Amino acid sequence: MQLADQRTIDADPATVWAAILDPEVLRVCIPGCESLSGNPDDGYEATVVQKVGPVKARFTGHVTLSDIVPGQGLTISGEGKGGAAGFARGSAKVAMAAAEGGTLLSYDVDMHVGGKLAQLGSRIIDGFSRKMADQFFERFQSAVEGPAEGEEPEAVAVGAEGEAPAKKGWFKRMIVR
Amino acid sequence: MPKDGGIGASTLRREDIRFLTGKGRYTADINLRGQAFACFLRSDVAHGRIRSIDTSAAEAMPGVLAVMTGADFTEVGGNPTGWLVQSRDGATMKEPKRPVLAHGKVRHVGDAYALVVAETYAQAKDACEAIVAEIEELPAIVDMAAAVADTTNRVHDECADNVVFDWGWIEENRAAVEAAFDAAPHVTTLELVNNRLSPNAMEPRASIGDFDSGTGDYKLYTTSQNPHLTRLLISAFVMGIPENKLTVIAPDVGGGFGSKIYHYGEEAAVLAASKRLDRPVKWVCDRSEAFLSDAHGRDHVTKIQLATDTEGNFLALRTETLANMGAYLSNFATCTPTFLHGTLMAGPYKTPHVYVNVKAVMTNTVPVDAYRGAGRPEATYSLERVIDKAADELGIDKWEIRRRNFINPDQFPYQTPVGLVYDTGNYHATMDKLRELSDIAGFEARAAESAAKGKLRGFGLSTWIEACGIAPSNLVGVLGCRVGLFDAATIRVNATGNISVLVGAHSHGQGHETVFAQLISEKLGVPAASVEIVHGDTSKIPFGMGTYGSRSLAVCGSAMMKAADKIIDKGKKIAAHMLEAAEGDIEFNDGSFSVAGTDKQKSFAEIAFSAYVPHNYPLETLEPGLEETAFYDPANFTYPAGAYGCEVEVDPETGAVDIVRFTCADDFGNVINPMIVAGQVHGGVAQGIGQALLEGVVYNEDGQLLTGSYMDYAMPRADDLPNIDVDHSCVTPCTHNPLGAKGCGEAGAIGTPPAVVNAVIDALRRGGHGQVTHIDMPLTPSRVWHAIHG
Repeated sequence: MQLADQRTIDADPATVWAAILDPEVLRVCIPGCESLSGNPDDGYEATVVQKVGPVKARFTGHVTLSDIVPGQGLTISGEGKGGAAGFARGSAKVAMAAAEGGTLLSYDVDMHVGGKLAQLGSRIIDGFSRKMADQFFERFQSAVEGPAEGEEPEAVAVGAEGEAPAKKGWFKRMIVR
Repeated sequence: MPKDGGIGASTLRREDIRFLTGKGRYTADINLRGQAFACFLRSDVAHGRIRSIDTSAAEAMPGVLAVMTGADFTEVGGNPTGWLVQSRDGATMKEPKRPVLAHGKVRHVGDAYALVVAETYAQAKDACEAIVAEIEELPAIVDMAAAVADTTNRVHDECADNVVFDWGWIEENRAAVEAAFDAAPHVTTLELVNNRLSPNAMEPRASIGDFDSGTGDYKLYTTSQNPHLTRLLISAFVMGIPENKLTVIAPDVGGGFGSKIYHYGEEAAVLAASKRLDRPVKWVCDRSEAFLSDAHGRDHVTKIQLATDTEGNFLALRTETLANMGAYLSNFATCTPTFLHGTLMAGPYKTPHVYVNVKAVMTNTVPVDAYRGAGRPEATYSLERVIDKAADELGIDKWEIRRRNFINPDQFPYQTPVGLVYDTGNYHATMDKLRELSDIAGFEARAAESAAKGKLRGFGLSTWIEACGIAPSNLVGVLGCRVGLFDAATIRVNATGNISVLVGAHSHGQGHETVFAQLISEKLGVPAASVEIVHGDTSKIPFGMGTYGSRSLAVCGSAMMKAADKIIDKGKKIAAHMLEAAEGDIEFNDGSFSVAGTDKQKSFAEIAFSAYVPHNYPLETLEPGLEETAFYDPANFTYPAGAYGCEVEVDPETGAVDIVRFTCADDFGNVINPMIVAGQVHGGVAQGIGQALLEGVVYNEDGQLLTGSYMDYAMPRADDLPNIDVDHSCVTPCTHNPLGAKGCGEAGAIGTPPAVVNAVIDALRRGGHGQVTHIDMPLTPSRVWHAIHG
């Protein structure tokens, strides 16, 4: 399963780059992520709970960042084992460039599942992968630039302490004082 | 008037009483005192190198008694394949090892590499999740053509280009076939796929290993079509347990269709675990596991060419096939695409030159082996499809082109160019019968009715022949078979005249208990109700090669007839003594022994009683007892044949195919129980329609099984099936077995797929879509719609 998409984020490339290397941002953005620890150099240990069709599983695995070109792009790869449910493995090749209105984020996602997930969930895996990718980058966008008018994404609650301008994402608030 | 009980009567199936009232006793129903439960850990990658397996956490889990891995089985032998096939260049095929549990590498999704035994199944299953295996994933080999082209990535190291053998049948005839093609005025070429099927027996596999440390005896309860073969494989190859210390019991078994012929690693594993723990160990396969571990069927990719003259006379036929073996060679895997496929490629036709080439290919998929029909459906499908295509190309009627090329009734025995001698048959008769039953005269009117509804109606014809009654041991020995394929029966007449018949054939839905009792009833003149059929227990039965290949009646039934003849001979000796007459003067008729030309007689029961109460026997010339065993080894295969007609309505808007009429005219030789024969044909046709329209195993490029449940693997349901008209009134009795019987179990699965596909292509051609000359099975609405709309 492969998909490609892009979106423009209302922040300068340096802010976006810093966000993408921040474990807390990753933790909030990975859908279903229960825990994430580690650092960009050694990678992260993550636990993710997801339901694919009839199969619900807690995946434990490793997330690594590679092909890092500061300020331009990197590859985020993850592989999780879900026990009897099988495994899921995916990577997102992310490229960023300064664009009008902020930063243009382009991504190519490649996703594989195995074992019972493939056996039972193959019919819906394409849709599932797209949803996972969309959610990740939507959360990333809102984490960086803040929610659109009238929206209350769950990401806001995380790390958002004290008064904060409503139009700023929690990450932006932390680094842009 | 139908007869009551003997040969030719539609006696109701006695076994159905227990099956239909929930009283059947299947392996999973058996619970032994102190039993523990096994769960297998199966690979979720298609191909990988096992770097390490850490079982320590699993061993510490609650209730866990033992964790075993491939390392625990390195001392025991591997599961062998039953046939050694020679390649065209004379080399013996490659025979990669098949361990009990995967060791070193995993080779398909579902390949078991560890086993946990625990107090409960849930505990065993939980502990499987706690096993930490480091498996380095390797690129999966899925597509056969790619597998053959890739010499660096191998399923097994000993199989350099993933090809097990490259078989030419018959290689010496190849040049003549090529010459006939070069000279032929017309050549029809067709490339097709015979889709991979999952067997889906209603009862999943199950095994219980039971080691008795007091005696050193092993017992294996298992879902097997042939308990003796399983015992033989475990004894001689896998574990070295002598046969007299190993009993294999296959109790009620809920369907097999081939998938339960084979010995599987789980059987050896539960025996070994039972010995280690000194407790019975039980394993019951769940449905998801069954999709991943039961041997699949079919999976051929074939190019077939038919050379004809302009009148449609067949001049020569040649095929090139890639046959998928999967990740390991299952017991009959190498024989299925060769001696059960290439040898049938002449069909019922007198094509003078035939050459078959089959390459057997290893892939990272579930092992593939015989499935109802086994090789013969693949042969029939290729042949009947290319004949229809040739008829369209030449503008010759589909019935006529077949009639023109049939072997004539006066040509038997007929030596085919692919190694078989058909003993008897009348293919014109079954096709004429089909034509009569199909109401061909009314077809155009029915087609017009369909057209008025916006539907396209088509008629598909196929004729089929198969080699059953497997098999003459001397012939199969020459062909590379490692076992004999006789069968055996013991008739034990008990003291009060009732009879136990111990048979080597195994019944897992076929109705042997009814049919075999009918045979004995007829032969010995006793009520069928006094005959009990005993099967499925190696400690009771002399020997047997089991049930597959439509062999039980032709082979085991013949063994029963031979044993019954011995019973009659012995009975005559006893009667001669009792009646004070010469043995030569004793006649046996309708259950009584009499002195010829007198009214002196003894009933069968009196003879039986005397045999066990021999108060005045002349012991030097007459032994007490009345029990006889016979082994029967057939002189030839049997050759049932027939013609199938399928009428479909295709909805050109959706591509949906509706089978509106289905007719079978078969020649099974002599029929013992017409009702059971009709049931066998019904079941076979249902499976054939499943293959043609619905079923198909799909792997993705990573070797992940995508059709791993009934959400994605479409089994035929009642509303997918038409009313099926079955006729078996055309009879040419088999010439070389005492029953004149040929076998009927696989016919439906063989004759049906080409009839269905031919019907759909015919419907499209009539509907103005003549550009569609072939659609690969299963003919789903999507495939048919895309064929119509380009």
